[in-house]
Amino acid sequence: MTIETRNGSWGTRARGIGLAAARGLALTLVTLPGALLGLTLGLVSIALVPVGIGVFTTPWVLTGVRAFADWRRVLAAEWSEVRIPSAYRPIPDNAHAWARTYVMLRDPATWRDLAWLQVDMTAGFVTALLPAVFVLYPLEGLAVAAGLWRPLAELGGGYWYGFVHVTDQPSALAAGALGVVLLSLAPLAPRLLTAHFRLTRAVLGAGQGELAERVRVLTETRRDAVDTSAAELRRIERDLHDGAQARLVAMGMDLGTIEMLLDKDPAQAKRLLAQARQSSVDALTELRDLVRGIHPPVLAERGLGDAVRALALRLPVATEVTVELEGRPDAPVESAAYFAVSEVLTNAVKHSGADRIWIDLHQTEGMLRISVTDNGRGGALITAGSGLAGVERRLGTFDGVLAVGSPAGGPTMVTMEIPCA
Amino acid sequence: MRVVLAEDLFLLRDGLVRLLDAHDFEIAAAVESGPELARALAELEPDVAVVDVRLPPTHTDEGLQCALNARRDRPGLPVLVLSQHVEQLYARELLADGTGGVGYLLKDRVFDAEQFVDAVRRVAAGGTAMDPQVIQQLLTRRAAGDLPLARITPREREVLELMAQGRSNAAIAAKLVVTERAIAKHTANIFTKLGLEVSDDDNRRVLAVLAYLDQGR
Repeated sequence: MTIETRNGSWGTRARGIGLAAARGLALTLVTLPGALLGLTLGLVSIALVPVGIGVFTTPWVLTGVRAFADWRRVLAAEWSEVRIPSAYRPIPDNAHAWARTYVMLRDPATWRDLAWLQVDMTAGFVTALLPAVFVLYPLEGLAVAAGLWRPLAELGGGYWYGFVHVTDQPSALAAGALGVVLLSLAPLAPRLLTAHFRLTRAVLGAGQGELAERVRVLTETRRDAVDTSAAELRRIERDLHDGAQARLVAMGMDLGTIEMLLDKDPAQAKRLLAQARQSSVDALTELRDLVRGIHPPVLAERGLGDAVRALALRLPVATEVTVELEGRPDAPVESAAYFAVSEVLTNAVKHSGADRIWIDLHQTEGMLRISVTDNGRGGALITAGSGLAGVERRLGTFDGVLAVGSPAGGPTMVTMEIPCA
Repeated sequence: MRVVLAEDLFLLRDGLVRLLDAHDFEIAAAVESGPELARALAELEPDVAVVDVRLPPTHTDEGLQCALNARRDRPGLPVLVLSQHVEQLYARELLADGTGGVGYLLKDRVFDAEQFVDAVRRVAAGGTAMDPQVIQQLLTRRAAGDLPLARITPREREVLELMAQGRSNAAIAAKLVVTERAIAKHTANIFTKLGLEVSDDDNRRVLAVLAYLDQGR
């Protein structure tokens, strides 16, 4: 049993080492020409920007470089579980060449890419090559010791294996010994490959600039959140003051009058009683609406899934709801998601002219994904002051994002993503 | 008639006890939490339960869940659910088993004592008492998309709303100040337009209407 296990683990290790060597070799074959080409084209293209030609070539070249870098990010994650975040600034879809070039050149990630290409063709190249060297080069040493030295030595002058000059059997054996020593280093191959990707991460990963950008975004969303909640509190205060509170005061006054009238004019007292009761009903209705606007009861009682289902039931449009949630997200996230869906649905009902709506709530890997699709006329945009912009701001507070796909003629699909882990 | 009452706010519970007492109901138990309610429903076998949706300890829909569970153990157990707000979702869950004897009303409805007591009696007798708000939402929704309801006249719509709340022809006639025969004619028309079989049974009538309103979702 134990032997088998050991054999198994040896087998796995040997396979791991071999794999690392093969991957390292493959990397060296691609990286050197790739990095050289990318860097040269990139530099030339950027240098040609003042002339004008660069404006058109730069976006192409840099997109290629990004793809090359992204490919390496994928390899790093797949081969050595080294995660390198990608942090390119978004480029507007319909931007013309000059705008694209401008955005790309202003992005610190672009310059980081170019710096990385230089590292990749030197230190990166070596760290990728070493695993292959430690695994494959010893094989040559052993072959030399086994007799390959004869034809090699006869070929011409001296044959060098590493620093050993191979001329006869003893020196060939020395070469073999060197091969064995090198082979003993082979188990380092996977670690060397990891080191290669760590090096890539060190150069390619986000630096101070990104952190500053992140702080800026957080400050902005926090200000939005504070503004929104302050406005919300003002609205609630006003609604209470003008609505329920006023009605209760009126009711109290009516009751006072009724007390006075009870003996003198029972008929009038009765009329006022009916009025007081109506006031209490109205006050309750207003309080109920207010509560629904702050924290809908179904959301409190059942959570997001059923709250959205209840929302769908109230729509005048046939709506299908699919829910796949693992437990309940945090209350603030739940609430933000609910109101976002509510706003998007309101928009769809008001403007899309759709007669069917599909809502899909889905939670995977700490991400809450919601899509609202309708079969309406499309053409929805996130413009300043629109409901969708409001939703985007609301989600921003939670690092959530909103995407709208709405070609003219429809259909419209609004997708929201909120981290909830 | 023996009632089990569940309401966590003391003032409201006290008021309900007095109201039901004044109308010759026997209060078998007046409890304030979900577990107590579950126990009371299982042990006391009341004729009707009047239950608040939101109860301790969870303060979510504990009351509703208790009522639904009790009805699973004892099918047809009459339950009148009260809530600060009405949701179609809950109304559907209550009506889902199709056995009748359910009610779902806004708490405000107790302001009109006579109507409220009438609703409790109707539910206890195996009928239904749905809040007008639920019915209105259902009708608004259906009217927007479906042809059959669009063909119904405003008067018939009024009758349909009252019918869906669980009222008998006599009660609808009294409410709309017309003869019972006129209502009978309206209901016959409504059933024809909705393609439903005519039935004298109030409960089946309401369930048929709700089932119709439910289909095509």
